[in-house]
Amino acid sequence: MNQHHRAANYNFAYLDEQTKRMIRRAILKAIAIPGYQVPFASREMPMPYGWGTGGVQVTASILGPDDVLKVIDQGADDTTNAVSIRKFFERVAGVETTTKTAEASIIQTRHRIPEEAMTEGQVLVYQVPIPEPLRFLEPRETETRKMHALEEYGLMHVKLYEDIARNGHIATTYAYPVKVEGRYVMDPSPIPKFDNPKMHMSEALQLFGAGREKRIYALPPHTEVVSLDFEDHPFEIQKFDKPCALCGAEQVFLDEVILDDRGNRMFVCSDTDHCESRRADGHTGAVVQETI
Amino acid sequence: MYVAVKGGEAAIDNAHRLLADRRRGDRSVPALTLEQIAGQLALGVDRVMSEGSLYDRRLAALAIKQARGDMIEAIFLLRAYRTTLPRFGHSEPIDTGAMLVERRISACYKDLPGGQLLGPTFDYTHRLLDEELDGDPTIEAGDKRTDPQEPVTRIADILGAEGLIEEDETAFGEPGDITQTPVEFPLSRAMRLQSLSRGDEGFLLALGYSTQRGYARSHPFAGEIRIGEVEVEIFMPELGFAVPVGRVQLTECQMVNQFKGSAKAPPQFTRGYGLVFGQSERKVMAMALCDRALRAEELGEDIVAPAQDQEFVLSHCDNVQATGFVEHLKLPHYVDFQSELGLVRTMRAEHDQVANDVAFEAKEAAE
Repeated sequence: MNQHHRAANYNFAYLDEQTKRMIRRAILKAIAIPGYQVPFASREMPMPYGWGTGGVQVTASILGPDDVLKVIDQGADDTTNAVSIRKFFERVAGVETTTKTAEASIIQTRHRIPEEAMTEGQVLVYQVPIPEPLRFLEPRETETRKMHALEEYGLMHVKLYEDIARNGHIATTYAYPVKVEGRYVMDPSPIPKFDNPKMHMSEALQLFGAGREKRIYALPPHTEVVSLDFEDHPFEIQKFDKPCALCGAEQVFLDEVILDDRGNRMFVCSDTDHCESRRADGHTGAVVQETI
Repeated sequence: MYVAVKGGEAAIDNAHRLLADRRRGDRSVPALTLEQIAGQLALGVDRVMSEGSLYDRRLAALAIKQARGDMIEAIFLLRAYRTTLPRFGHSEPIDTGAMLVERRISACYKDLPGGQLLGPTFDYTHRLLDEELDGDPTIEAGDKRTDPQEPVTRIADILGAEGLIEEDETAFGEPGDITQTPVEFPLSRAMRLQSLSRGDEGFLLALGYSTQRGYARSHPFAGEIRIGEVEVEIFMPELGFAVPVGRVQLTECQMVNQFKGSAKAPPQFTRGYGLVFGQSERKVMAMALCDRALRAEELGEDIVAPAQDQEFVLSHCDNVQATGFVEHLKLPHYVDFQSELGLVRTMRAEHDQVANDVAFEAKEAAE
């Protein structure tokens, strides 16, 4: 895509070099201890806390002039906040941007992992609202840090067990907790549990930034990431009854689109780039076939 | 026919154009000047400076104008600008004892050295709407002191001379900076005070109020509230001494609280402290109540109420963080919602199945 002219009065990628150095140190520490939440001195960014300031700071710190950036929210490149963050980096870093998963060297994401498997050399940057997987079981940071240090994760298993006892299911469908390299329990950010298996042994480097909560954590390439479960209640991902109505893709995550007020709806790929490239390759779904 | 949602970029541009239009409002009415905002809405400007942690009246006025009067948005604008400024160092501790006071009151003593000085206060005004202000009535100038002012001794120093109040902590070395280091609990009092000083006025007001109503009661007296200008000095290593770099207006509150004494300390009054940029008595008083409540552990008191809980108070008092996270719920959550929809549908189907089975069995048994 087009090379953008960089805004003159800000440092490359907005953050000053001192701040980038501080964040890079936190990232290196996070990579060295996969799944461990590293505190960092998160800066106030020109977008609100909770809107991706952690991801933006991580991206800003690793971005170089030759990088190609893709930004997605809910799997799509043109959701408003993804557009806004992409524009921000076009303006303050002047880097090339793309919507193609394969062409991007850095992908910043909120709530999804692209359908197309990421490869060696790529970096996936997650925006994280609440980095602490134990937060809703124990609100105190002083306590949860101790629990991680002592590998005291019984409370989490009890919670999952109670879900099954009450509902017959583990009632967590997104931000489903994982264990990293058999050590730290980690929040994968609010991705659907459908995406959890993609984190396991990924060839790409995965970085997680939580700006408001001032934490960074990471999964280096080829890291073991296991979704928590029980022998008699194994972890399962969501299944959809029909393929994508536009491109016919199966085994992808679908968004439900309400068509009218009479209960008509259809399911389409949440990953818009994946859907578009499939259609460009000639794949069609039910809706497209009907209208031809 | 379904059309994939496209054009987020154009929508954003259009929305921002409309925002600019609404901000300007009726073009036949003159635009607000920053001088008008800074001069006539000064207390709003002061709040934005103090919670924005940046002492600059012009920029705070600009932020208020840009935010259409939304104070938290204005505070956010100022913070986002502040974070781009280099940090050169820190000032010497300011001496509020040397303040040129414009207002100074104490609820503890009827009269005291330096006297009670009401200054520009809403106190004792009758809250009757003044229709004359819908216009530009002639306002006479206030009286000004003619004699050069002597330094006004702080009440806490008077009490301190008798040992009736605990001594102030003496700070050593470079103070921490909550904007430069990640917060890790428990926080030192200096870091807590930084956090409270930029904390949301409304949140601290409610928490301070809760301590008065019995949730961690601290028997406070408004020992002293003073508003005025102080000199800010920075130590210059090249010169070997501190030089003044300017003056700032501050509001300070020393709350004096009853304390029965503990195994370690004799019975004496304890302090709750508040300090903010500009003029904001409500904020400093609330801050001082919260500061005192947060000292519970240090003073050997039981932690029984929200206002005493560091993690609770300090993790939630920042309105820029709070508004960002509350308002982020506006962002798309299609994917997570879809996941929940799937689960609720599955569970409802299972629930119906069980209900049907029960009904079927009941029918069979009846027949």
